[in-house]
Amino acid sequence: MKPRVLVLTGYGINCDYETQYAFNMPRVGGRAERVHVNDLIDGTAVGKSLGDYDILAIPGGFAHGDDIAAGKVLANKLLNHLGEQLLRFIKDGKLIIGICNGFQVLVKMGLLPAVGGRYDEQQVTLTYNDSNKFEDRWVYLSANPESRCIFTRGLDRIYLPVRHGEGKLVARDPETLRELHARGHVALQYVDEEGNLSGYPGNPNGSQDNIAGLCDPTGRIFGLMPHPEVYVYPTNHPRWTREKVPAEGMGVAVFRNAVRFIRESL
Amino acid sequence: MCALRTYRIEVGLRPEFLDAAGDSVKKNIVEDLFIPLDSVRIIRVYSILTDLPRKDVEKLRRALFTDPIIEISTLDKPLADDFSWIIEVGYKPGVTDNVGRTSREAIVDIFGDEARECAVFTSKQYIIKGKIDRRQAEAIAGGLLANDLIEQWRAVDCNEFKKDRGISLPLPIAGKQGRVIVRTFDLDVSDGELVRISKEGILSLSLEEMREIREHFHNETVGRSRSRIGLADKPTDVELECLAQTWSEHCKHKIFNASIEYEDEDGRVERIESLFRTYIKKATDEISGRVPWLVSVFHDNAGVIRFNDRWNLVMKVETHNSPSALDPYGGAITGIVGVNRDPFGTGKGCRLIFNVDTFCFAAPNYSKPLPPRLLHPKRVFKGVHRGVKDGANQSGIPDINGSIVFDERYLGKPLVFCGTGGIMPTEILGEPAHIKKANPGDFIVMTGGRIGKDGIHGATFSSEELHGESPTSAVQIGDAITQKKMTDFLLEARDLGLYRAITDNGAGGLSSSVGEMARMSNGCQLRLDKAPLKYPGLQPWEILLSEAQERMTLAVDPKKLERFLHLAERRGVEATVLGNFTDSGNFQALYNDKTVAYIDMEFLHEGVPEMRLRAAWEPPKHEEPDIPEPDDYNVMLETMLARLNVCSKESLVRQYDHEVQGMSALKPFVGAMNDGPGDAAVLKPLPDSYEGIVISSGICPRYSDIDTYHMTACAIDEATRNAVCVGGRLGSLAGLDNFCWPDPVQSDKTPDGQYKLAQLVRSNMALYDYCTAYDLPCISGKDSMKNDYMIGGVKISVPPTLLFSVLGRMDDVRKAVSMDAKKPGHFVYVVGLTRNELGGSEYFAHHGFIGNNVPKVDASLAKKTYVALAEAIDQRFVASCHDCSDGGLGVALAETAFAGGLGIDADISLITMDGALRADLLLFSESQSRFVVTVAGRKRKEFESVMGNVPCARIGKVTEAPVLKLSAGSKSPIVSADVFKLKQAWQRPLNW
Repeated sequence: MKPRVLVLTGYGINCDYETQYAFNMPRVGGRAERVHVNDLIDGTAVGKSLGDYDILAIPGGFAHGDDIAAGKVLANKLLNHLGEQLLRFIKDGKLIIGICNGFQVLVKMGLLPAVGGRYDEQQVTLTYNDSNKFEDRWVYLSANPESRCIFTRGLDRIYLPVRHGEGKLVARDPETLRELHARGHVALQYVDEEGNLSGYPGNPNGSQDNIAGLCDPTGRIFGLMPHPEVYVYPTNHPRWTREKVPAEGMGVAVFRNAVRFIRESL
Repeated sequence: MCALRTYRIEVGLRPEFLDAAGDSVKKNIVEDLFIPLDSVRIIRVYSILTDLPRKDVEKLRRALFTDPIIEISTLDKPLADDFSWIIEVGYKPGVTDNVGRTSREAIVDIFGDEARECAVFTSKQYIIKGKIDRRQAEAIAGGLLANDLIEQWRAVDCNEFKKDRGISLPLPIAGKQGRVIVRTFDLDVSDGELVRISKEGILSLSLEEMREIREHFHNETVGRSRSRIGLADKPTDVELECLAQTWSEHCKHKIFNASIEYEDEDGRVERIESLFRTYIKKATDEISGRVPWLVSVFHDNAGVIRFNDRWNLVMKVETHNSPSALDPYGGAITGIVGVNRDPFGTGKGCRLIFNVDTFCFAAPNYSKPLPPRLLHPKRVFKGVHRGVKDGANQSGIPDINGSIVFDERYLGKPLVFCGTGGIMPTEILGEPAHIKKANPGDFIVMTGGRIGKDGIHGATFSSEELHGESPTSAVQIGDAITQKKMTDFLLEARDLGLYRAITDNGAGGLSSSVGEMARMSNGCQLRLDKAPLKYPGLQPWEILLSEAQERMTLAVDPKKLERFLHLAERRGVEATVLGNFTDSGNFQALYNDKTVAYIDMEFLHEGVPEMRLRAAWEPPKHEEPDIPEPDDYNVMLETMLARLNVCSKESLVRQYDHEVQGMSALKPFVGAMNDGPGDAAVLKPLPDSYEGIVISSGICPRYSDIDTYHMTACAIDEATRNAVCVGGRLGSLAGLDNFCWPDPVQSDKTPDGQYKLAQLVRSNMALYDYCTAYDLPCISGKDSMKNDYMIGGVKISVPPTLLFSVLGRMDDVRKAVSMDAKKPGHFVYVVGLTRNELGGSEYFAHHGFIGNNVPKVDASLAKKTYVALAEAIDQRFVASCHDCSDGGLGVALAETAFAGGLGIDADISLITMDGALRADLLLFSESQSRFVVTVAGRKRKEFESVMGNVPCARIGKVTEAPVLKLSAGSKSPIVSADVFKLKQAWQRPLNW
């Protein structure tokens, strides 16, 4: 049985097709479906409930136009209507990934980073880039080998695009920021070509400690600003016409790790 | 039930956090208005009109509107303190407030039906610290922060603020229910009176057209059928407005369909019955016998071509010039979100997979006095860019190709070209997807946004020059999310077969969308009172004409209606039945069961009298410059690279998402540092195949000053060679033509109309000649013919401008080539023939001249070149290939080198040229059909053999040392420049 993946759609989510495809690639092996937010909310009516799936993916986009603040309105909607179901989903050992706008949603729901197992409070935020610009730019990322994150297992350095205007990670207080590091919540950091933590444009948004991706205490909920789903073919790489690039796009492993985990654990 | 009251929530960043948005406002004030300031911070204001109790609003403040990590907020208490001035900016009544709409939705989501009555109005406060006076504060408000057309503002200093305990703006509540009035027009009046009726009503109908309408209503049969349903033999306002929209230049392309008498420079006279039919359509018709992939051209909202057995490609390019002149942000976002609906409303609809955009502005450093009603070109530029960026990014459609052109004559009207492409299955549920049909009895259903007074008279307004009385109601603000919700829903409905036909509501609103679809069934009964309104108080004619955005009109089979409406509801999309399609032969509109319009379908669509125009061509003669050879070629090359029409647009283009949907195979910027200027975009649209799409464009309005025939040839050639650069092939490319012309109709306002019309004729002649030569069929196009500004005796006309876009297919994206030099040791070639063609060039423009030797395209040589080069690329002989255009070879060689982070050492005297050219003329001539190509040593023989029959000169090598070294036959180089320094010069001018 292929692990079942629910890819959320609707209300301005716009990376749903490519996220679905990334999970469905033969070399990943998932079975992903796009499901509209409203169909999930009144699940019984259409025979689609969160419990039927192993992995929940909240893709990138501009849910509700990012009006008020990025991800905020969708976060509220999911909390209001699916809060209980989501906690059960997490408790059942399943996986959640939020990419870009999806990461913003998870953070604003309080599901990430959930330091101390607190899934009911917002501990960090993602806000306007220091440049005050939306930018589409490829960045180098370093995965933290100490992190529990399921999705980044075995990864070292990867190269992916960011495409956002509100990706600057800010923690509630210095204590929270310390905890993020100490307890392995930091899964990905922005680095320069040589692997050093550096400033703009290496760190495209001014995130504290160059944080690009976070996981919860279990490592099963993961959010990141960069887009692994658009580096799945060699020709997605911005320099494939001049450099030797790997036969497999560097984003693929993120999805394969998730599918493999479900295969092995559930 | 409590009474409604207003609460005011103010939200700002905690003082310890950087306010990036405030900082960039400060930067704009300092750099654009030259007003020094200490700081600007921003407070967001939500004014909530609701019957919810205070404790619930308090909950909203905390849980919805305030970020607990970085923000603070207040309820009904001013947040600002410690400042010099505050400026608050909010919308005027009726203007789209997207954040307000979302806020309301979020509140209803939390409190359910109890909160239904609520409305949210947003505004922004700019908290300014610094020594400025009232005059400066008002200049900041009116000159930068607010646009008086759509926004209201107040500026107060700290004393006033204390005295008034804060600041507030009136709530922009729109519209009151009034009496429904349908007027009739008496057209049995003098000619002068007819002209007055047309002008005052912004109908843009000519005297001849007004007379034609009068005649029609005098017709006995018409009168009899009208009296049967209780209408007089005079048109109602609904009818007259509907005719004016349908007959507008914008919708009917009267100039392109006119009968034209054209006299050339030798006095030979030729009669042309419709430029469109004689040149554009004729070319496509001829080519259709030679290419097998044309599916649907010219008659639908966008052109359709075959991609493979399973998929078709759809594309359309539009302009949104007049609205962008008045409100650059709103105009441009409406432009991009609006053109999305064209391919979406083609056939049974398609998934949108790319956007393109090209802008024409006056230079952002314009420093002369501004004529009345015009915004400064830098403000126009920034507003248009932000509008397209927001519209495209929020829609999740990658923006992959375009350019920005500068010329002082775009001061009067900027040109904003926006285009969109889509992909549709060849068949849906066993039926061809590109064919649609509305049957008699089908329901007219409108989906998406609601109707307001926005954009009324957009079609007729854009059929006029910008003048003192241009209506402010013509401005709309696009709402990408409402549209995204609607298109997501409609794609689902399409695949379930829930509708039969679809079209978009653009110019002319329902009048145009229903009017057009009713041609398929031959009539309709449209019930205007059923239309969902944003606010009360619209008259029937306003409902019919409103250009409120984000709406599609559909024909739904009665058997499918319930399922259609049910799915719409589940997707949170408003869908409303507005009547039926009929076969009555009449366009009938009703309000509360009373007929308010009853127009014969044939008269509506075919009744417009043909225009008869005269065109006379006289070639202009410009001074032929005698420019001294530059002392220092390094400096000259840097100067050319830094010209606005040449320099990098990266800082602006990077703000567009160019790879959402994951199809990108060649991005706008390529090379060692991802910053070299790509020639064309390549997409890989299907997950299971390497077949690709090539998208490119060409535009060169400067050449119009000499001859629009050659301007057009060059634009077509530029678009084609850009496509060839990356791996496109003749025979697999389709074209889209977008003409933006100054008014070419001779009149008191336009004494040189015959010349401008001759320019249009010549442009079309070239289009026919070159499209047929290249087997490049046009599949869709648009014209915008009144790009003039005229107020108080000042007239500014745009130079005749053609944007030519190319959409093509390539078999394998893995064969695509980028423009950056790849490796030291590779050979450098210049392909194509260089002539003394600097007329209209950037080099002459730099010296203040136009000249006369405009570049001419040798179609047969160009064709041979493109065939050979495409073959070389297909055989993988080519390492890099770069188009040679504005700024000539000098610029192309520099770009090739610095994009690769490498040097080039070459002898330019080896370039194939016509006669002996001085080095500067050789470097900066803009002869067409040329490329800079690099080739690995081991492919040299094969490459040269494939290129054997076309001009192709090996001139040097790529070097490890990052230096561009160019000699001209002698030992000592004329150019010897650090490529990174050249790149800096190229990147600096627009690095905002």
